[in-house]
Amino acid sequence: MTSMKFTPAHATSTAICPGPGSGTGSSVTRVALASGADSVSELARRYPISFAAVHKHVATLERAGLVTKTRHGREQRVRGDAAALRSAHRLLDDLEALWHGRIDRIERILAHPTERAPQ
Amino acid sequence: MTVISVVKDAEARTLTITARFDAPIARVWQIWSDPRQLERWWGPPSHPATVTEHDLAPGGTIRYHMTGPEGDRHGGWFRVRAVDPPHTLELDAGVADAGGHQRPDTPTAVIRVALSEPAGGGTQMEISTAWADDEAMEWMLATGTDAGMTAAAGQIDELLGLPARA
Repeated sequence: MTSMKFTPAHATSTAICPGPGSGTGSSVTRVALASGADSVSELARRYPISFAAVHKHVATLERAGLVTKTRHGREQRVRGDAAALRSAHRLLDDLEALWHGRIDRIERILAHPTERAPQ
Repeated sequence: MTVISVVKDAEARTLTITARFDAPIARVWQIWSDPRQLERWWGPPSHPATVTEHDLAPGGTIRYHMTGPEGDRHGGWFRVRAVDPPHTLELDAGVADAGGHQRPDTPTAVIRVALSEPAGGGTQMEISTAWADDEAMEWMLATGTDAGMTAAAGQIDELLGLPARA
């Protein structure tokens, strides 16, 4: 359907998927978390992507508050913020429960179409 | 099962929930387009929503408040970024101050709704919400659940008192 402008690539997934995104950005985060701290150039070496691409992912994650960047001499080090990640995970779990409640209420409204006529 | 898919992305602070309803697409669209229906499902049972303004056109505003058992009011707003009835709707969602006025300087989430008609009949609705930051997530939790509403009224006041984020 051409009007489905907002459908993300994973919309056809029918599985409950509790994990974070599986893109390169999240891989960088996982590595940064696992190793405590890492340099941007080391991350670029470890992945089949360019230094510029790593920079872009790290900048995105930094804006989201999930990694912090510090300069050590000529190297920029990246550290994953495990607390922030856990916090975002917990919040998403709670928000999922909230939306289940809303979907349940929508279902009940739709089941009783004559209960209150639409305007 | 109504909900058929849940996708959570902690890094992007995005939740995408897909549900299937046994109703025609035009009927499901009404739960957004009819303010009297919107206010019956947006707020938690203890804090029903009252929609006071509802202009579902591009650039239009929807204002609402939720009223608690103590008569306490918690306001919010949506701004319509894009709308294509009965298929897609894209909204900015934010907090209103105590007087119910929207604070355009504090957008907190973008909500994207996509309705489609699957082969098996009925209507599929995908709702994707992307929050700007943890505070935005806390805000929607606080104003979306009974427990959150009860526990977090003070937090909401605190949130409203925060200076605008860059």
